[in-house]
Amino acid sequence: MEPITLAHGSGGKKMVTLIEDLFLKKFNNHNLPQGNDFTSFEVSQKKLAISTDSYVISPLIFPGGDIGSLAVHGTVNDVCMSGAKPLYLSASFIIEEGLDLKILEKIVSSMAEASKKTGVPIITGDTKVVEKGKGDGLYINTTGIGEIPSNLNITGSNAKPGDKIIINGSIGDHGMAILSFREGLNFETTLQSDSAPLNSLIALMCEFFPQINCLRDPTRGGLAACLNELASQSKVAIKIFEENIPIKTEVHSACELLGLDPLNVANEGKLVTICPPEIADDLLKTMKSHPFGVNSQIIGEVLEGTDVFMETSFGGQRKISWPESEQLPRIC
Amino acid sequence: MKYIKEFRDGKKAKILAEQIKKEVKQNYAFMEFCGGHTHAIFKYGLTDLLPPEIKMIHGPGCPVCILPEKVIKQAIDLTLDRDILFCSYGDLLKVPGPKGDSLLKAKARGANVSMVYSSLDALNLARKNPDKKIVFMGIGFETTAPATAMAIKMAKDQNLTNFFVFCNHVLTPSAIQNIFHSPELRNMQELKIDGLLGPSHVSSIIGTRPYEYFTEEFEKPVVIAGFEPLDVLQSILMLVRQVNEKRAEVENQYIRVVDKEGNQTAKNIVAEIFELERNFEWRGLGSIPYSSLKIKKKYKQFDIKAYVKLSEEKVLGHKACQCGAILRGVKTALDCKLFGKTCTPENPLGPCMVSAEGACGAYYHWYINKKVENGKRDKTMSLGHD
Repeated sequence: MEPITLAHGSGGKKMVTLIEDLFLKKFNNHNLPQGNDFTSFEVSQKKLAISTDSYVISPLIFPGGDIGSLAVHGTVNDVCMSGAKPLYLSASFIIEEGLDLKILEKIVSSMAEASKKTGVPIITGDTKVVEKGKGDGLYINTTGIGEIPSNLNITGSNAKPGDKIIINGSIGDHGMAILSFREGLNFETTLQSDSAPLNSLIALMCEFFPQINCLRDPTRGGLAACLNELASQSKVAIKIFEENIPIKTEVHSACELLGLDPLNVANEGKLVTICPPEIADDLLKTMKSHPFGVNSQIIGEVLEGTDVFMETSFGGQRKISWPESEQLPRIC
Repeated sequence: MKYIKEFRDGKKAKILAEQIKKEVKQNYAFMEFCGGHTHAIFKYGLTDLLPPEIKMIHGPGCPVCILPEKVIKQAIDLTLDRDILFCSYGDLLKVPGPKGDSLLKAKARGANVSMVYSSLDALNLARKNPDKKIVFMGIGFETTAPATAMAIKMAKDQNLTNFFVFCNHVLTPSAIQNIFHSPELRNMQELKIDGLLGPSHVSSIIGTRPYEYFTEEFEKPVVIAGFEPLDVLQSILMLVRQVNEKRAEVENQYIRVVDKEGNQTAKNIVAEIFELERNFEWRGLGSIPYSSLKIKKKYKQFDIKAYVKLSEEKVLGHKACQCGAILRGVKTALDCKLFGKTCTPENPLGPCMVSAEGACGAYYHWYINKKVENGKRDKTMSLGHD
């Protein structure tokens, strides 16, 4: 094992080697190796979207992904929730002294692969090394920038009474996959994180249905937080139907055992969209035709009012409240 | 995992609800003892299915809700010793003690506090950290006491010298008896209970026999009920039938888990390690004799109380907090001025708000107040007659 040392972040030769041999090599694209403290690129006159996110997930490598691919998917998805086509990413690494270089290489490779598959190059970055004990292996920050097509007006405040709510697949996979790996909690499961880039699915949706009102990814806080955010931003009530919400049996079982509510568990490859009722069925069909939308479902509707509530499979109703505090720290 | 969908079948629920509607002849007030039942009632919206004649009163069976502020203060005081790694089940960490302080806040100040899912996790921490004193907070009813007892037994077998228990285990029958003896119930003006939805997991340990006393002494029907929504509905139907037929018996709806004698192995290990404490101060219910467990002398090397003198100073909770009355079933969360305003799950001022199994937490998370008119809160709620 070759450990990362403080010298890797010192600004000296060792740092240059790390940047050239690892980061530049892996993230290889024409914008990146300009050798400056900045990267220049051209933008059109269009409306842009920008989003930044820091990734502190533990463990660094988990079933279905790692902190590297997650740092690409997560930020790409945040940019996309405006309907934008993501163009570029930045990546900052805060590495703890002592991290095995092999692990870093693995994560950077996975990040490069995710960036390639997603079609969004990483064009600038930074590396810092902190002393042992002052970090936990590796933290990554990424910022993404994208162009919003001029015919779209997608924001969380656009939901209108009568609109339908669609999700692109099962909830809670990411959170429960991470949990199954945590020290002290190991339970056997084949569950994988749903970490995935949603830009191609969203591009498809927006191409055919520019009338879409809202897009939001139910990450931390899960579907419950996402719906509460949308309801309060749009000043509407939201009603969802328990029977229509896709949840994998493994997720359901693990949640039961640990006393968690799948509605509050994090996702990393899911989106919630709110659209006018007349396009809902066709939009659903389109989403189902995409690999990341096969299990899409209409899960509810927008009403006048203020609360988020659920019609239970029992025929009763219950409120879906904001998840309180962190169910599980460091999940993304 | 089996038994998730089977006991949550909406169609069967409707059949049961119809049957209950057919059989009701009067107003009924039933107390569900356990937080697990309260949780199921709210989470599945069961009250929407029940006829208005049935009122459910939420009992004190939430392990963290009944711990007095004094015990929280004692726990926080223990963490001042930085050689101690204090371990507890998650919910307890947020329970407010004096001036809103909690173990979670103590952790943020630098105390060594760790959430564990099992007493055996605490034992593992003791093995892995020989230079630390591991203190496990033993809380809960008869369900969790055997696990604490087992950890103590294993610590002894493994000659661990750095594992300790801060024991605050309490007993269900004592609490039920206290409620049935309460003045509010006796004078019938404030509280009426026609029957009890009996504990499910507690009963898997103690069996159904201990409840026979209540049916004989207080002439109240008891139905031991599972925690799934169909269990709860079926048990309510069984209670309605007992009342209609003027019976007061112990019936067991939860036969897939509970039998008459309970779990003898668990009872044995509890009897081996613990004995009755002379007195325990319950939040809301007050001091109840012989209602909790303490570690026997033979095992006192694992009893943190044998090493540290804990403060017995009385600690008062928030003045306006109604948790005491709520735990006795006299008031509901909606009667409390703090509810949902200054007291929320993020910042609980009373213990019932901490967990979704506490009455206030359940209301906060799941209850839809359908009768809010002109901003005025309807105190009768939609939970049945008052």
